[in-house]
Amino acid sequence: MSDVIAPFLAATIRTATPLALAALGEVIVERAGLINIGLEGAILAGAFGALVGATGAGVAGGFAGAMVGGVLIAILFAVFAIGLRADQIITGTALTLLSVGTTGTLYRALYGSSGAALALPTSAPFAIPGLSRLPLVGAALFAQPPITYVMYLLVPSIAWWMAGTHGGLSLRAIGEKPDAARAAGISVARVRVLAILAGGVLGGLAGGTLVLAQAGTFAEGMSSGRGFIAIAIVVLGRWQPLGVALAALVFGGASALQFAFQAMGWHAPYQLFLALPYLLTLAGLASAAGRGRAPASLGKS
Amino acid sequence: MSFLKSTLVALALIAALLVAMSVLLMTGGYPAHTALFALWSGSLGSWYALTSATLVRAVPLMLTGGAVAVAFRAGVFNIGAEGQLLVGAAAAATVALALPQGGIITSMLALTAGAVAGAAWAGIAALLRSRFGVLEVISTIMLNFIALHALSYLVRGPLQEPTHVYPQTSTIVQGVQLTRIPGAGRLHVGLFLALALLLACGWLFRHTAEGFRLLVAGESPSAAASAGQIDVARTTRRAFFLSGALAGCAGAVEVLGVTFALYEDISPGYGYTAIAVALLAGLDPWRIVLSATLFAALEAGEGAMQRDANVPATLVSVIEALLILAVIAVQAARWRSRSASMDASDAPVVPVVPG
Repeated sequence: MSDVIAPFLAATIRTATPLALAALGEVIVERAGLINIGLEGAILAGAFGALVGATGAGVAGGFAGAMVGGVLIAILFAVFAIGLRADQIITGTALTLLSVGTTGTLYRALYGSSGAALALPTSAPFAIPGLSRLPLVGAALFAQPPITYVMYLLVPSIAWWMAGTHGGLSLRAIGEKPDAARAAGISVARVRVLAILAGGVLGGLAGGTLVLAQAGTFAEGMSSGRGFIAIAIVVLGRWQPLGVALAALVFGGASALQFAFQAMGWHAPYQLFLALPYLLTLAGLASAAGRGRAPASLGKS
Repeated sequence: MSFLKSTLVALALIAALLVAMSVLLMTGGYPAHTALFALWSGSLGSWYALTSATLVRAVPLMLTGGAVAVAFRAGVFNIGAEGQLLVGAAAAATVALALPQGGIITSMLALTAGAVAGAAWAGIAALLRSRFGVLEVISTIMLNFIALHALSYLVRGPLQEPTHVYPQTSTIVQGVQLTRIPGAGRLHVGLFLALALLLACGWLFRHTAEGFRLLVAGESPSAAASAGQIDVARTTRRAFFLSGALAGCAGAVEVLGVTFALYEDISPGYGYTAIAVALLAGLDPWRIVLSATLFAALEAGEGAMQRDANVPATLVSVIEALLILAVIAVQAARWRSRSASMDASDAPVVPVVPG
């Protein structure tokens, strides 16, 4: 049985890592009262940034490039949503389209129109001494690429920051009652812009994870809806960092079921497995109905 | 807006487009002159290009553009026109292949099946929103992915052609295909259907009570319910169905008039381009005729650009996204100059998503 469970757990963490990173960023954005559908575009831009960075400067350069890519999309979102007060949903949709088109065009222009896969330096798994020797879960949880440990550390850090610091309090106040926050002397626009940029960094890192810790290459449109799934995970995790991490794990586990099914000799059309993440997202969102509450000013200004 | 003013706006837009294209091409190191000439000759430069390349692509863009406009007007953010199109194409192909003897009656049935399937697919998102409060932005995108994988299963499974070699259905018999317009190359009578439906949608918004209910439900759901005594939930549901039906119809028209068989790549993303089409037209069904033709010309010309000047075809999606952003920026600026004194939180660039 352990020959099924260990790969299942490893696949769970692998799927959950980029989703959790992106969703943690979106938690910060949404707690400031904004909804950024352009997260999908930020992940894709991050993936492309990782490609450019890694070809020039290895894995570290790749992650730096990924953050730059995510932040570029975030800056555009801030300009439109905060600067011009444009509709957030339409802006986010346009930015996702822009990211798909720009990364595709640049990829073909820089690396040839054939779109042949490039092999990149990848971020190797690092086994944490001791912990990775734990029975059953050790290797799955603690012999992962370093970015996974970054995600582990970000969950409590962001939770602590939001609950226990002045900055976190300002963020939550803005998300619930922007006018009251403004009256209390908080610069609403500034905090929101910073939240958007943080979301861009984490979305970019999610894209970098896909390229540098998983695929080892870039493919056009490789974010394949993960940004939207991450936004759903924010709802499932009730806008709390810990809840979001758990929701990402549940989601990763459910998606990883396909490997378990295949290992157990289950036969079903493979398209069903491919559609599974999206079906699960819908089922999860429907089941989350009425539980947890969105920030009061979400998507409104 | 007066005729002169709209003409000026259109000319300014096309000039801006050309400048943006040239700048993008030159920064990419491509021969701008060759590329733009290829764009022109591949899209509008000849009668053949206009009919068989541009207008053939304009038909599904008109229908999906109309689908997006109807939904957005009513405050429904249907990003799922792509999935509704695919489902509509699958339903139409199923009917067309099942009743090859029926001639034009089968064509009608297939079109209806496409519209019903598209409406039903959008209905899932409507149900998820009304019952469980699920944002349709997310649900319709998830449904796009699910539709794509379901289609992939159908053309490799139950609907695959008899020899089981190619991932597609058999060819739809000629008697069921949509008739081509004489002297207009590959252009088919689906164009008239699309124009009629857009005309009807424009009429709906301008002259009917139902259209007014849709608009009010989109602009201000609470005012619609309290002052207008409008059943907002029901009106919103109708917007989902109408939008899905239009997109499903686009799929049916495409399979009956252009591809004659169902396969995975039946849509090059018409449902996503439709968002740009609808926004550029200011969500007005009548103006969609023009914006759909503009985008169809861009998409028809991108193939020629790739062939003659080696310009990546994805450049056109960059242009599309920039156009949406430009429209948003202009609308935001116009709104600001008009009501600088009003409370900014009421800014309706387009209907704000409720809740």
